[in-house]
Amino acid sequence: MKRVSKVLMVLFLAMAVFLTGCSGDSGQEGAQDVKAGFIYVGPTGDGGWSYAHEMARQYVVEQLGIETLYKESVEEGPDVENVMKDMIDQGANIIFATSFGYMDYMEKMSLEYPEVKFMHCSGYKMTENMGNYFGRIYEPRYLSGMVAGLKTESNVIGYVAAFDIPEVVRGINAFALGVQAVNPDAVVKVRWTNTWYDPAREYEAARALLDEGADVIAQHQDTAGPQQAAQERGVWSIGYHSDMSEAAPDAYMTAPVWNFGPYYVEQIQKVIDGTWAPESYWGSMEDGIVALAPLTENAPEGAQAVIDEAQAKIKSGELKVFAGPIKDQEGNVRVAEGELMTDDELLSFDWFVQGVEGKINK
Amino acid sequence: MLTISFFSAAIIAGTPLLFATLGEILTQKTGNLNLGVEGMMLMGAVMGFLVGFHSGNPFLALLAAMLAGAMGAGIYALLTISLRANQEVSGLALTTFGTGFSSFLGQSLVGQVTPKSISNFFNPIAIPGLSKIPVIGPIFFNHDVFVYFGYLTAILLGIYLYKTQKGLNLRAVGENPGAADAASINVTLYKYVHILLGGALCGLGGAYLSLVYVPAWQENITAGRGWIAVALVIFAVWNPYRALFGAYLFGGLDIIGFRIQGTSIQVSQYLIDMLPYLVTIIVLVFVSFKKSQEHSPPKGLGKPYFREER
Repeated sequence: MKRVSKVLMVLFLAMAVFLTGCSGDSGQEGAQDVKAGFIYVGPTGDGGWSYAHEMARQYVVEQLGIETLYKESVEEGPDVENVMKDMIDQGANIIFATSFGYMDYMEKMSLEYPEVKFMHCSGYKMTENMGNYFGRIYEPRYLSGMVAGLKTESNVIGYVAAFDIPEVVRGINAFALGVQAVNPDAVVKVRWTNTWYDPAREYEAARALLDEGADVIAQHQDTAGPQQAAQERGVWSIGYHSDMSEAAPDAYMTAPVWNFGPYYVEQIQKVIDGTWAPESYWGSMEDGIVALAPLTENAPEGAQAVIDEAQAKIKSGELKVFAGPIKDQEGNVRVAEGELMTDDELLSFDWFVQGVEGKINK
Repeated sequence: MLTISFFSAAIIAGTPLLFATLGEILTQKTGNLNLGVEGMMLMGAVMGFLVGFHSGNPFLALLAAMLAGAMGAGIYALLTISLRANQEVSGLALTTFGTGFSSFLGQSLVGQVTPKSISNFFNPIAIPGLSKIPVIGPIFFNHDVFVYFGYLTAILLGIYLYKTQKGLNLRAVGENPGAADAASINVTLYKYVHILLGGALCGLGGAYLSLVYVPAWQENITAGRGWIAVALVIFAVWNPYRALFGAYLFGGLDIIGFRIQGTSIQVSQYLIDMLPYLVTIIVLVFVSFKKSQEHSPPKGLGKPYFREER
């Protein structure tokens, strides 16, 4: 009897591992021996951040026909090292880790495996064989702020935000500046959830904002929870990461979205050609790594023209999102007229612009 | 901050916790510790949503959620009761299994929203009379039917455990299965039935998240609430009435952070996230100090029972 139970237990565990575990996807046989690994922080079905990377991975397979590996829902902790080792054991020669918290572990692994190429998304550390990359998502976020500013009637816009780190703060500020460009009276109220992925909690944060009179909900989260809260109350929403119209068809107006595919193809092609070198890449809307999703019919009338004009100016470099004068919450001028914030300043953003209601815990 | 809308939202946030906690109380009363709550909630959430999405029928959806939860519990019961597997490990395996099961079945559902027929069914219904009581009315009696069903389940479970012969037998099984067996109570049958029922309740808790609370499918929708429910069982000292209070308290703690941020009070969200577990530890300390029969876990909890090895 004991033996039977052990056998069943093993079978059961094996099944559980099979259903949740790592899965590889192989394209057609390429002449190259290049294998790319992708590590995601959430499930690929999140419809957001990890989904955007997964779409890019599929694009890589389509374009280059190479073999890829991926692992989803990898925690931002020491476990990611094992995931990387596992991928290297399986023959991966370039690994893309797509969450900020992987950075230190990836740095360590890059020193341990000098022959493997490492690419870290949204971080800043570099080594001989580790680069980093990200997109200037604040550009389309500024545009989405314009849409929100044109739409709001209560002049209160809710913003469900993940963590008070520079990346998120920068996004909120760009959004608020976009709002103010078309509607100087509107305020942006911020709620921190301290999660990237918790649909119910993010939904609840949006509801708290709606209770305070917000009639447009924007978000910096990896799920569509806030979108659904907006839809339920019959108000409007701005998504993030990817097109969220399916999640909230009556509320969703547009979203700043990612398009990592071409960049991944370019990087992997360099590995194939043997020309890869670590770089720190921060792509813009002009480069195509970030964009504003098409406006839906929920978007306000006339928004399309405003967006088109601003978008063209941003792409040509005529319009800079973080160009002075910019005041902080207390009304002090932080960026003087004619000045421009540097990338270093943007990467360490720790204050809110005027018109944002919220606090950063320093 | 502490307005009626906050308390009302706390009740809603506590409802999935309540069902899962009641399910786990029922399970633990049999003397079996099932750590697979998170898994069973996810199985219930995905099956409820899947059936609801395709049929548009709320009753079928709830039935499917209960069956899915019971199915998860059934695997656990088979492993631990009949096959004598370790309870903790089996429970943890069930969590892993349930997570994978829900992601697998939910692949085609990601981002989908519940059909109108279901969301209409779960619209808030004010109870005539009761909802007119100032303060208490809008907080407790202006909710969807699922929430009312939660009150009812907790009360019925309390009556069952403390006022019926079968409930007494069940508690005997959990406290001392040998004695219960000697008193000709069918220990195995009692364990199976109540573990399955417990699983069904956990499934309902998950379905509340996917059908009513978020009303859409998102992977890993429970995001750890199953573990909170396990802590809640201890917080409630295995008492369904206290579970009612505890679930709404923990529900409130879950959402209070967003309401505080709107005020001038500065409290770290991390601190708030710790509170449920901190409170649970404090309750555990109290329980072990008091040593009262009423407030201690079932004596047979976690120990497998085999008649031959008595």
